[in-house]
Amino acid sequence: MNRTLTKPFTDDMVRPVMNTTVWFWAIVLATGTVVACGAAAWAYQLWYGIGVSGKRWPTFWALYLTNFVFWIGISHAGTLISAILRLVNAGWRRPVTRVAEVITVFALMIGAMFPIIHLGRPWLAFWLFPYPSAREIWPNFRSPLAWDFFAINTYLTGSLLFLLLPMIPDFATIRDRATGWRKKVYGTLSFGWRGTTKQWNRLESAMQIMAIAILPVAVSVHTIVSFDFSMANVPMWHSTIFGPYFVAGAIFSGIAALIIAMAALRKALGFEKYLLPLHFDNLGKLLLLMSILWGYFVFNERLTVWYGNEHHEMAVFWATQRGQFAPLYWTMVVCNFVVPIAILSNPYTRNIVGCVIASCGVVVGMWLERFLIVVPSLNHKALPYAWGNYTPTPVELYIMAATFAAMILLYTLFAKFVPIIAIWEMKAGDFVHPPQQGIGAGDPHRIDTAAAPSSTGAVS
Amino acid sequence: MAYRWGMAVDIDKCTGCEACVTACHAENNIPTVSPQQASRGRAMHWIRVERYYEGNFPDVRVKFRPVLCQQCDNAPCEAVCPTYAAHHNEDGLNAQVYNRCIGTRYCANACTYNVRFFNFFNPEWPKPLNLQLNPDVSIREVGVMEKCTFCVQRIKAAKTAAKAENRAIVDGALQPACAQACPTSAIVFGDLNDPNSRVARLAKSPRGTKLLEDLGAEPKITYLSKQPWHESDAY
Repeated sequence: MNRTLTKPFTDDMVRPVMNTTVWFWAIVLATGTVVACGAAAWAYQLWYGIGVSGKRWPTFWALYLTNFVFWIGISHAGTLISAILRLVNAGWRRPVTRVAEVITVFALMIGAMFPIIHLGRPWLAFWLFPYPSAREIWPNFRSPLAWDFFAINTYLTGSLLFLLLPMIPDFATIRDRATGWRKKVYGTLSFGWRGTTKQWNRLESAMQIMAIAILPVAVSVHTIVSFDFSMANVPMWHSTIFGPYFVAGAIFSGIAALIIAMAALRKALGFEKYLLPLHFDNLGKLLLLMSILWGYFVFNERLTVWYGNEHHEMAVFWATQRGQFAPLYWTMVVCNFVVPIAILSNPYTRNIVGCVIASCGVVVGMWLERFLIVVPSLNHKALPYAWGNYTPTPVELYIMAATFAAMILLYTLFAKFVPIIAIWEMKAGDFVHPPQQGIGAGDPHRIDTAAAPSSTGAVS
Repeated sequence: MAYRWGMAVDIDKCTGCEACVTACHAENNIPTVSPQQASRGRAMHWIRVERYYEGNFPDVRVKFRPVLCQQCDNAPCEAVCPTYAAHHNEDGLNAQVYNRCIGTRYCANACTYNVRFFNFFNPEWPKPLNLQLNPDVSIREVGVMEKCTFCVQRIKAAKTAAKAENRAIVDGALQPACAQACPTSAIVFGDLNDPNSRVARLAKSPRGTKLLEDLGAEPKITYLSKQPWHESDAY
């Protein structure tokens, strides 16, 4: 018996599905209340008009669009990281992939809500669909918002498939252990999975295809989100750096969200045996790299604007650098650059607690970055006569708080109904993962790497 | 020949009386907002008079610049609208189709001149202004963007009348409300495609400049003012 993962592992994974704890109900109740408050705030806004938010002339985009960009950024945690780790066959990815992919799907669903919440007439949002109608008009394909609509829908569809495909064998595992209505539900969800060699081969090749296909989609999504800003001739928006800057920021905030989620799951579900310090160490290194990359982009963006000294842009530049927005700007720099580098560049502080502290800083800092992109530019457009000053209202803050609660709620529900660590992938790593294979070497769950048993085919 | 409507505004003639603003509100059914809402940036003035002060107290001069939609030939607002609510019409106007607008407000961000206004709430008029609405102009509901149309309802009426008599619109016979109300005739409106129209001649004046011309939106409004190089004592 060379395997390190045996029956207790599957039990550990299936336990949250079968047993419901008091904590589950407490979290659902608490976050559900906040979500309900946010829904009420949105209903209030729908009834009275978008004027109950703080948006004004000339700051027509503000907190909702900030949250839109922020959540789409968070969504780059999962699918992108998971796909890269799959393609390079990194052995340590196995307990991380699903934790990450779920963040993508939920963050995308939440992020995609914001452009609709933000619309003046959200009940007409479906006009962005190109469908033959009595209006006899297509969406305007020259508009970056139309590109956005298609990019986000493509990414959401792809991410959903990427998440759902590898869940099928795990649904079958639960089906085989469950009784009553659970057996029925999970039986339907497992699409008749029997674990034949043919089915495994199909799943593996489908995952390979998805992992390759999702990468360009993920990169293009946040590039197109950045085009919403960089295509408009607004001071400090109209910049060629925005595409890569947004993608790097998205992956940066995504890794931070992933680390926080992993630490929470580790504590909440008792997964100390599976989510190891090694995973945090590896992701911490990745976060450190992205932090340096982020600092590089900000330096580039700021230096060229300052040196170019174009007077429309300088108004925005100084407002963020040493004016009204300076406290937020320097908080962002500390949270995104100083704190992560201080904590993560030192192997002694790059432990689980250190990674979580740095990640919390990054999430705050990246939210501020999105805010500082959207608002100061619109406050200071080219005509000084038409400058304005935006302040958020309670309605906007309620809705924003509700989306954070919604993320926790959806995540809790998901971890309740689906094994949050891919059972079969862990087992496959244990069984057939050849040791010392490139980047994939060093699977932390293997103890005996010398005598790997030959593939036994079905693992369920 | 197609029309190409344009305007010339003589800043040296403008007294800042804001008659144009009032006339525009009355003509185009523009809602009024409360002082509280106005202080929160919800006031809607399709035309506004910007005030610029020169010099130090007590030797202060003030200059007025009426700013309205510049009806750009290369309009940044049009490309970004996902539903074609903002689009270029056959007369070169930046038309706004209220019924197509879903309220993304992207056009207002892209607009360099900040002359687009959003209906943050359903429109309201204090009594008795609610009894003087113009039946030729539709009322815009909550969530819809609006802006200066060069009084497109008057253009339509004049075109219909001219077509019935099989002639072109006579220069000067058609005026938007702001030009009509201006006591110093600082605002001149007309067809830029007619080389003999007043506005076409003024557009070529050496006193003429365009607002934020370097940003490349190609506005169709020419601002006329005494230029520094005309003041022999200035240089």
